[in-house]
Amino acid sequence: MRTQAFWNDPRIRAWFFQILAVLVVGGFIAIIVTNTVDNLNALNVASGFGFLQHTAGFGISQTLIEYSESSSYGRAFLVALLNTLLVAGIGIFFATVVGFLVGIARLSPNWLVARLATVYIETFRNIPLLLQILFWYTAVLSNLPAPRNSLEIGSLLMNNRGLYLPAPVGEPGFGFVVAAFFIALLGIVFLRHWSQRRRIATGRGLPIMWPSLGLLFGLPLITFWLAGAPLHFEVPELRGFNFVGGLRAIPELLALVLALSIYTAAFIAEIVRSGIQAVSWGQSEAAQALGLRRTQILRLVVIPQALRVIIPPLTSQYLNLTKNSSLAAALAYPELASVFAGTVLNQTGQAIEVLTITMAVYLGLSLLTSAAMNFYNSRIALVER
Amino acid sequence: MRRYLLLASTAALIAFASAASATTLDDVKKKGFVQCGVSQGLKGFSSPDDKGGWTGIDVDLCRAIAAAIFGDPEKVKFTPLSAKERFTALQSGEIDVLSRNTTWALSRDTALGFDFRGVIYYDGQGFMVRKSSGVKSAKDLDGASVCVLMGTSTSLTLADYFRSNNMKYEPITFEKDDEVVAAYESGRCDTYTTDRSGLYANRLTLKDPQENIVLPEIISKEPLGPVVRHGDNQWGDIVSWTLYTMLNAEELGLNSGNVAGMRESDNPEIRRVLGTEGKFGEGMGLSDDWAYNIIAKVGNYAEMFDRNVGKDSPLGIPRGLNALYTQGGIQYAPPIR
Ligand SMILES: N[C@@H](CCC(=O)N[C@@H](CS)C(=O)NCC(=O)O)C(=O)O
Repeated sequence: MRTQAFWNDPRIRAWFFQILAVLVVGGFIAIIVTNTVDNLNALNVASGFGFLQHTAGFGISQTLIEYSESSSYGRAFLVALLNTLLVAGIGIFFATVVGFLVGIARLSPNWLVARLATVYIETFRNIPLLLQILFWYTAVLSNLPAPRNSLEIGSLLMNNRGLYLPAPVGEPGFGFVVAAFFIALLGIVFLRHWSQRRRIATGRGLPIMWPSLGLLFGLPLITFWLAGAPLHFEVPELRGFNFVGGLRAIPELLALVLALSIYTAAFIAEIVRSGIQAVSWGQSEAAQALGLRRTQILRLVVIPQALRVIIPPLTSQYLNLTKNSSLAAALAYPELASVFAGTVLNQTGQAIEVLTITMAVYLGLSLLTSAAMNFYNSRIALVER
Repeated sequence: MRRYLLLASTAALIAFASAASATTLDDVKKKGFVQCGVSQGLKGFSSPDDKGGWTGIDVDLCRAIAAAIFGDPEKVKFTPLSAKERFTALQSGEIDVLSRNTTWALSRDTALGFDFRGVIYYDGQGFMVRKSSGVKSAKDLDGASVCVLMGTSTSLTLADYFRSNNMKYEPITFEKDDEVVAAYESGRCDTYTTDRSGLYANRLTLKDPQENIVLPEIISKEPLGPVVRHGDNQWGDIVSWTLYTMLNAEELGLNSGNVAGMRESDNPEIRRVLGTEGKFGEGMGLSDDWAYNIIAKVGNYAEMFDRNVGKDSPLGIPRGLNALYTQGGIQYAPPIR
């Protein structure tokens, strides 16, 4: 018997090439790193992450946490990150709501409704996002009147500095109302559970819709009344150049949220439509034969199955929306790409550090979103028996 | 995405460029032109016309550098850069010199890895408001929304000014200058702040320039000048002495019109500048007629100033601080000897 030469052993070969690959990649990285450090030193450019503690010195127009010109670059980073998350969060919410409505409308038996939905999708999907952002900002929002001549719709104020609403301010005792709200939520969960158990035991569930709604609104309202209405509204007032007080959404945020959600909703609508169409008609017919009502068919048969088809592409739309929020630099919304990869990079000159952090953040956000969606997806995925 | 490409390529360039490269002068001579970073369009400093030609004092300085090296002021290529992009472009070697109304300040001179090489224009930051606002002084701006350009010393000075006067403001920061001006014009901001030269220049681009005024306060020192990478002193010397030559020429009464005849002059100072006496170009790796070429082909400082920002230009800015020290200003160039 001929013994095999060791270099012909597939296992050894496999190992050899793996190790070779690691060495090549590792060596390549090492060369880049040392060369970069040499070049930076030769140029006398500052390096390292110490700059995060240095004073930023510039102002930011929208800050969700305490921030002033004397805060550090690290703090400015956090402010910018939160601004990114804010616009992504609000954008995802509206894109989902609008996307589902339009997607369902597209399948409507009503010709006009279905056509309108199609027009919506084809229009907004095919116009570049940056143009849409600039459209909302320069063509719509910046044509609003100056603060002195604000449009007033009820207690809502609109001018070219943004949208203002009275801000609810809780007085002592308002905590009870908040607590009542959470107790109501717990109550609803319990109610559902109980009804389910009853149905399994007796074949007849309890009606839970109305009691749930009653609990959700009734309990906090009664507490509110009992605690002596511990809430007042801070109304924005015109002081000098601008309105002060109240809740405010700056035009940059509005334009960005409008554009991002309208644009992404068009894609989500198509995903929803295809998801619903993927559930075969036989399923609905079978459900009808069992005597389920239309809403029940949708809720219990169609939607759960459609979601399995919808979730994965929906995730990537959420990711796109988050990353697209970096287009904001064109209109002065202070998010991560503009504040951190823009102003901070320019002031410190530390391109490598700043870009590494920025990329890590977008990567991290993407991984988190897809992890959450994967988890959800695995819970609702078809369990094969 | 373009910005990311630029930034990423910068990072890549810094990562891959070989540490020990040839001098900038050698590179420039080899490729045959000077790559000069300028603004994306600021009247009087660096602004493109519809035929792709550039005008402005920052542009003329680059032409003068080309004239000093090649004897030909057209051997220069311009890279338009936003305020935000400019430093990365210089660090990465994409440009040889940054001549883009850039304020000389300590952190830029040190931590960013640059050297400032003189002051082509002494400026200061100011504010522009609409006449209709009734604002007469920057002290009236408490609570105002302020339009400002990203990545400028302007945004920092703005913060300092409001903080030290105990006033509130809302900074609206755009990445491009035309976006800033458009936002101011649309009423998004109550005031627009930048270097006063920039205010005058950009006021000309507004629909109704007369409806806008520049407030009297000057809130900072903005010495604008050319910038090179730290570490290549020969290249830095060429840039400095190009500017000094233009200033010395004005002081000595040399200009593009008379310089050819002045070669016969017996004034030893003039003879040194024009290279008829001594070998002053040698120390910088240049020919002896380097300064002659600057003056003959681009002109002296006064010529450059007047045609771009001064009395012969639409901006009509008086010399002020930028007059020679002999005429009440602070422009003072070390002697060529
Ligand atoms: N001198 C300041 C400001 C420079 C600056 O960017 N100024 C604006 C307005 S004066 C400008 O150059 N705009 C023209 C452009 O961005 O192309 C600095 O160095 O930071």
